[in-house]
Formats: sequence, structure tokens, C-alpha cells
Amino acid sequence: MSDVVEKTLTALPGLFESQTGAAKITNRLRQLIKSITELTSKHEEENLIKRELSAIKEQVSSPNTTMKQMREIMVRAMYCEMLGYDASFTYIHAIKLAQQGGVLEKRVGYLAVSLFLNEGHELLLLLVNTVLKDLQSTNLIEVCMALTVVAQVFPKDMIPAVLPLVEDKLSHPKEIIRRKAVLALYKFYLIAPNQVQHIHAKFCKALSDKDPGVMASSLHIYLQLIRESPDSYKDLTGSFVTILKQVLGGKLPVDFNYHSVPAPWLQIQLLRILSLLGKEDQSTSELMYEVLDESLRRAEMNHNITYAILYECVKAVYTIHPKAELLEKAARCIGNFVLSPKINLKYLGLKALTYVVQHDAKLALQHQMTIIECLDHSDFTIKRETLELLFRITNAQNVTVIVEKMLDFLCYVPIKTLTFAPDNSWFIQTMNDVFSIGGDLLQQDDPNNFLRLLAEGKPEEDDQLRLYAVESYLTVLKGHTSHLPQCFLQVMSWVLGEYAHLQESVDRREVIRLLTQLLDQRSVSSETRVWILSALTKIPEGQTDLILDLAESLSSSQDTVLRQQAQELRHLSQDSQLREWVLVENSCAVDSSLSFLDGFVSEALAAGAAPYKPPHQRQEELSLNLEPYSFSLPVSLSSCSITDRQSPTLLSVSSGLSGNSAELSTLILEGVKRVWGKDGYLPQKEATAPPVDEPSAAVQPASQQEAAERIEPRPEPSTQNQDKQQLASSLFVGLGVGSSVSLVRKLFYDGFTASLRGNVMDCLEARSTSVCHYALLMDDPHTNVSLTGTVSYQTQPGHTNTLPFSGTLSTADFIRPLVVTTEEYGKLWLSLSHDVKQNLKLLTDAGDPLRTTLNALKDALQLHVVDIIGSEGIVACRLLSGAPCLLHCRVNGAALAMWLRSPHPALPDFILYHCQRALAHH
Amino acid sequence: MIKFLLMVNKQGQTRLSRYYEQVELGKRASLEADVVRGCLARRKEECSFVEFKDYKLVYRQYAALFIVVGITENENELSIYELVHNFVEVLDKYFSRVIMFSLDKVHIILDEMILNGHIVETNKTRILAPLLALDKMAES
Repeated sequence: MSDVVEKTLTALPGLFESQTGAAKITNRLRQLIKSITELTSKHEEENLIKRELSAIKEQVSSPNTTMKQMREIMVRAMYCEMLGYDASFTYIHAIKLAQQGGVLEKRVGYLAVSLFLNEGHELLLLLVNTVLKDLQSTNLIEVCMALTVVAQVFPKDMIPAVLPLVEDKLSHPKEIIRRKAVLALYKFYLIAPNQVQHIHAKFCKALSDKDPGVMASSLHIYLQLIRESPDSYKDLTGSFVTILKQVLGGKLPVDFNYHSVPAPWLQIQLLRILSLLGKEDQSTSELMYEVLDESLRRAEMNHNITYAILYECVKAVYTIHPKAELLEKAARCIGNFVLSPKINLKYLGLKALTYVVQHDAKLALQHQMTIIECLDHSDFTIKRETLELLFRITNAQNVTVIVEKMLDFLCYVPIKTLTFAPDNSWFIQTMNDVFSIGGDLLQQDDPNNFLRLLAEGKPEEDDQLRLYAVESYLTVLKGHTSHLPQCFLQVMSWVLGEYAHLQESVDRREVIRLLTQLLDQRSVSSETRVWILSALTKIPEGQTDLILDLAESLSSSQDTVLRQQAQELRHLSQDSQLREWVLVENSCAVDSSLSFLDGFVSEALAAGAAPYKPPHQRQEELSLNLEPYSFSLPVSLSSCSITDRQSPTLLSVSSGLSGNSAELSTLILEGVKRVWGKDGYLPQKEATAPPVDEPSAAVQPASQQEAAERIEPRPEPSTQNQDKQQLASSLFVGLGVGSSVSLVRKLFYDGFTASLRGNVMDCLEARSTSVCHYALLMDDPHTNVSLTGTVSYQTQPGHTNTLPFSGTLSTADFIRPLVVTTEEYGKLWLSLSHDVKQNLKLLTDAGDPLRTTLNALKDALQLHVVDIIGSEGIVACRLLSGAPCLLHCRVNGAALAMWLRSPHPALPDFILYHCQRALAHH
Repeated sequence: MIKFLLMVNKQGQTRLSRYYEQVELGKRASLEADVVRGCLARRKEECSFVEFKDYKLVYRQYAALFIVVGITENENELSIYELVHNFVEVLDKYFSRVIMFSLDKVHIILDEMILNGHIVETNKTRILAPLLALDKMAES
């Protein structure tokens, strides 16, 4: 196989740039192709082809041009047309060549005709006599090429003239003639079905031809006929089944094999025919179960072509009347496709799945995680096919999630494909459609990405695009605007504010008027109003009266933000100097180093202020404990033991996780959900299914039984996977029996928040004591996390006592050694993106400072020292069930230069903090 | 069903084009340019199929040469992918003996394999038979 490819590769360039074609005749052709290869611009190409065409013109009309030369000229003309240049003056010469040339010239003449002329072309009539003559030739090659051209292009009205001759050829002794005659009849059937109605019996004879090639050609006709009326051909099912059996059984000559697979394309054709025949017809389907089963079984060879056959077979199995055993086998096949690491097979697997879920939606469930992965696949084609699949399984329960995914894609498409956009107007128009239809369902990123795209382009190149956007939006705004989604209005205001000045012909007053008009609309949200006002602020001065009117009318608005903006607007429009200073055209420069504060900082330092420390270094110094405000943990106890102080009569423990706490009238541990932290609002993460790293649930009290059972189908414990699980549960809801699905879903929504998550491991109950163990995981590292909770218990029924408790956990509690080899470390290191570098204190009190320091860190933080080589050491750790962090340490004078890397952006910072701490305390 | 087959080099120059559905001459160049751009934009690890207007493109790269086939949605992409390779193997079989440039001969080979957008022959011996017969006659 590989040497075939190699040979092919060496041969292919030769096809086009051969130097050995010594015959004079091909000289001009070779020269032409050589010049074309050396072209560097479209302009050059135009000139070259123009010259070539005028040379050809001269040559074809010269009486001295021989047929042999004409053949070469024709190939040159073919080349010119192939590049898109009109060479229609040569058409008539192509026909002449077919009429008058020797066999080789004739073939090229026919070829040129089939390339140049389409079915309706009037010149084709001039070909009819030639074809008639050649069909009756004693030279088989001439008959052959006449049949080929008849099957390619032939005037419809002239079919009766050649039909008897072509029919005759069906009983020709040579297989190639019979085969080509069948194909010509197929063409006739396609363009004029009435003309060949009377020869259906002859098709049947072709089907049973002793030559497999002739039989295979007749399948094209049958596929077409059966597609149009399957019922009329049910009696042929047996024949097709027998043929497929013979092919599968290796009865065909070896040269029909492709990479040891017998006539694969023929198999595919037969499978297509069978599926049409068996569709919604039990008795016909029963005839083919056996051969389909065999076909599924045969396709064991690991070659693309066997998968192509398998795909067709799976489709057939799901199209015909179902048979459980076959369906099961076909479903397993799909699994092989979908899970394949080969991307082409994965694609075909998705396509197969898309087809079969229409018959059995439950099949999607088996592959839900793969589907989710494919949905985020970097390959556009895979993504697109996955959406197609989702579209097929849309139902009332998952419609919102699926539509959301599709809208994501909808917006992604035009932005991603901008490079292919035929022109600016198409792009803007498409985005207009996306915004108006997708509207506020789009994610905030989509309009932002679009605006970024407009903004980041180079002024000269992309002004066209911007100009078009401005024009297009002005038209939109002049129309009916109340139905437009807010995000679209915002995009339009921003673009008009930034770029309206580019369009000289635009009346600024008109822009201001249109934008002001929007402000008056009730349907416009206050957020959008802010966008509109910002846009108005940016529109160059000169229209003070309009702006002042506007500011005046807004100054009594109830919305304080609007009032403030109106004030700003008023000041800016009156003070052009201020305006120039504030609104520098095209200034997006951000001084990220905050250098303008340098003076202030040095003054402050001189006055005795402490130098700046990044947040993770300040923790300890805070005298005020802000922790209680940091994090919330509904029920996240590492271990809580409740001793019997109050002699509770009843004692059981439940958690938010079990989901039935309401039913339990006794001891209840409840979490307090906090939404505000010291940095502001804490984003609420959807809770995820409980991951348990080291399960030890040996004892399960009755009340925990349910919780434990529901934890059974445990998802993979990485956050990413859980997001996918969650997506899966919302996408595949409502398909099939669904018990496992709804179960996953339920766990997701049992309100767990913040950066820790965990679940009850086990509860030991005694008469007056209950010990509960919780497993906790930290998803997002934080230096310290406070743990609060309450224990509720009843000393007598109806009388609940509550005890609050709290504790503090740090990232260090969640760090575990990551055992890797030096080689694995190296690989992992390269794959990690977030890094932090810092010099740390080196412990110099012992003989080997590096080893001592690393050991101290290892003892304090449970790190794994992978290797120490000379003055460098590599250390690895990870968050419990979470992201890894690699540490690279190097002795640098009296300090330890530490370089940390992790896939998690914040993790290195926190580990660094704990390392500093550990070394300081040493 | 196959809509067209193109052989294009990396610079986007068309080396062979065969349309099985009428496409105006004036529109072919830009269609071909778009097709090449679409294929060149894809990375090696991505699949060999890409959606393009109303077609699916199936492409395969041999050194600097792309062979791209435009097909309809109901066609089996992988079987076309292998058809391309079969075509290349046939070209290899023929041209490795007589390496000589000829657009016409590549077309003659292709016409034996694909007719009206259907795969009509895949047996290498049979695909080459008419061309070999022609060569023989030309020699004598």
C-alpha cells in the first residue's frame, strides 16, 4: 500500500510537468502548461490565455492544420476553458475532429465535445451522424467511444435515431460494449424515460448477464427505478440478495477487489437497493436479513472501504423492517465508528447515528458523551454533523438547550467563515439575520466577537466592511425597530457611534435622529439606552442643538445612569476642548502597566507606605478576618462528629445531597448559601454530581440508602467532564427510558455552590452519637476556605435545636502528590499553559540546600519530588481529583527559583503561596 | 451523486476539472478557488470532508496536489474518499509506464470510472482497457 502511494506520488507531478514528451505535437501544449505553472498573478494568466486563444484561433482556421495538430490544439482549448476562459470558437472544430479524425483524434474530439457542450447545445445535432456511423463501425474502439459520448451528452430529440442501435449492443459479445450500452440506456432513461419504457425486459437481461460489470451497470438503472416505485420490483429482491451473497463470498474475479475487499462499490450499490426494497415491508425484509447479517460480519478488515460498506449496511438495517438481533449488531458497529480515533470514521459514525436516531432515539443515549465531545470539536465538519444529530433528537424537554447550541453555532459560522465570505455585504447581511433571528438568545460573546472583528481590522482594509455596516444599519433603523432584539440594537449603536463618520454622505443629524428615536421606544432596555447614549457621545460635534435637546429631555429621567450620561453629554457637547481630550479618535490604547500612577506610588512610598503585594501574599497580614464572607458551603463537612450533650432522643443525619431532607424531622445539617464574597458577587456554579475519590462507604444507614443509590452512576470526576455530563443530561432528556438520565439531572440541580463540593461518605450511628464523614473536593483553589454549617437536632419531637459550627480549610489540605516519571513530567510540562515564576527562600542550614528545601516542602505540602538533577529539582502535585501543578525548582544563588505550571490559571499562585509559607515557618 | 471532480495544486491552479452537473463557465473559476481555499484551510487532523454550499467536499492530498470531489448529502463520503485513491492508483498504473503529460488521457480514464455523477467502473484492468487499446492503435 505504502509503496503504491509512493509510486503514485512520484508519478503524479509527472502527469502535468513531464519533460520527456518528445513528440513535437505536444510541444505547444507543454509550453502552455509550463507557463501556466509559472504564473504569479491573475493578470498574467489573463494575458497568457488571451495570447494562447488567439494563437489557437489562427491555427484552427488554417487549412494546413492536420488532424494530429488539431488534437493537440483541442487539448489546449480544453485547458483554456478549464481555467475559465471562453473558447467557444473551437467547439465546431471539436465536432469536426470527432467526425474526421483517426481513433485517437476521434476520442479527443468526443472528449472535447463532452467537456464543452451541454445537453441542450445546438451544435450537438451535428454530432448525431458521426455517432450513428461510429455505432455501426466494425472497429470496437469506435463503437465504444460513441457509446460513451451518447451516455454523456446527446440531444434528447435524437434518441429515437440511435436507440435501436444501442439496444442491439445489449447482446454484443464483448462485455465492454454491453456495459456501455446499458449505461447509455440509463442516460436515456434519465432524460427521456418514456423513450425506453419498452425495454425494461432488456434491463432484466442485463441484470442477469454473466459478466459482473454488465450486471453492475444495470444496478444504476434499477436503483433509479426502485427509488421511483419500489413495489414494482419486489420480485427482484431474491436476485439482488443472491448477487450480494456471491460478491461477499468472493465469487467475482480478483481484479474486482479493491485492497482485498471484493467489489466494494458494487456492495454499496446493492445495499442501497436492498434498503429501498425492504423499507416498510416485512416479508421482503425477511429475505435479506441473512445477507445483511453476513455483510456486517464480513466487514472485519480494518480498511476505510470496509467501513464505507458497513455504514451503508447499518443504514440498510435501520431502514428495512426491524429485526432486533440485526439492530443490536448494527448499533455495536456504530459504536466502533463513533469511538474511532480516526476522524473520518468518527464523522461517518456521527452521520450513521444521525440517520438511525430517527428510527430509535435511544441510540443517542449510548453515545451521549461522545456527542458532547463532538459538539465542542475543533473540526467544523464534526461540529456541524453533531448539530444535525441533535436536531433529530429534539423534543419538548431538550429543545431549549439544543436551540441554544444551534444559535451558538449560527453565530460562530459567519464569524469563523469570514475568510470565505464572498463579499462584505453578504457578511453584514448574514450577521444582521443572525442578530435579528437569534437575538437575545445569543451569548454575549457573539456580538462582542463581531464588534471586535470590526474594530480590529486595519483601517484601510476593513473600512469597506465598516462602511457597509453603517449603511446597512441606517437602513435597518429607518424601518420598524420595535421588534429588534436588544443585542442587535446595541451592536448597531456601537457601530454607528464608532464609524458613522467614515461615511461622508451620511447626514449626522440623521444618525442622531435615528438613535434618539430609539431612546423614546418603550421596548428598549435601559442597558441598550446606555449603549445608545455612548454612541451619541461619540458622534463628532457640530450638532450641539440636537444633543442639548436630548440632554435636556433626559435630565428628568428616573434612571440615574441615564441622567448622568445626559449630563456628560451636555458638558461634552459644550466644551470642545474637553471633548477632544476625552474622545480621541480611534484610541483604544490601554496602559496596562498603569505607568500614569508611578508618581503617585513613589510619593506614597516616600511617605512610608508599604510596597504593593499581590493578594496571595497578603493573606496572613490581614488583621481583619474576612473569611466568613468568603465562601458558602451548603453541606460540606470534612468530618463532623456530634457528641451527645443534649441527649437527643432521635438522631440521624441528612445532607442537602440526599434531596429529601424535608422528610427528615430529626437532625438536619444545613448549609448557608452565600452569594457575596469579599471580591463581590460569587458566581454560582451549578452543582455537579458527587465525585468521591476514595470511597469508603461501608455503612449506610437507612436514611442514606437513597442517596447512596443515586450516587451509583458516578460521572468522571473532572470538572470539565461534569460540565459535559450536565450538558448531556439536558440534551438527552426525554429520550428512551431515561431513568439514568433523569437521575443525573437531579443530582446536578440539588443546589451545591461555590468552589468546594462533596458528599456524605458514610454515617455511623450509635444510640447517642452520630459520626458523619464527608468527602470534599476543591474545584477552584483559594488560599483559605471557611466551612460553616449547622447541626439541627431534636431533643423532643417538634422542638428543634440548632448548633452552628465553622472551620477553615486551605488549598494545602487539598494538595496531593502527583506521581509521574521524569519523562511524563516533561510531556505534561509542555502541555500546560498557566505559569508563575518566583524566587523563594532556600533552606541553607543543611548540606544539600536544594534537597533539604524540597523535602521540607514535601513534608509540609504532600508534594511528589520527581527528580533532582544537579542544581535543579522537579516536583509534581495536584488538587485532589483536580488539576495538576508542576514545579520546577532551581538553585539561584541564595534563593530557590521556582517556576510553576498548571492547566488551572490560579493554582500556581496558591501553591506558591503555601510553599512560601511552609518555608517561612520552617 | 458526484457533482464534480477537481485536481488542484496548492497554489490553487486547476489541473483538471470535470463537472457532472452544469455549471456556467464564468462561475467555475471562483467556485474552484473557493473549493481550494476551503480545503487548504483545514488542518491535517481534521476529517477529509467539508461542507461547501449545497455540496459536501471530499478531498485527498497527494504531495502538492489536491483531488477534491463535490458530492451530494446522500452520498457515502468514505466510499468517495476511497474512490479517489482508486483513481490515483489507476493513474499510477498507467502513467508509471509511460510518463507523459496528457490532460486528455486523464480525462479518458476518469470517464471510464465516473459517468453522469455515478461510479460506473472501479476495476482497474477494465478502466484502462479502452485507453490501452487506443494507444496500441496509435502505435501501429
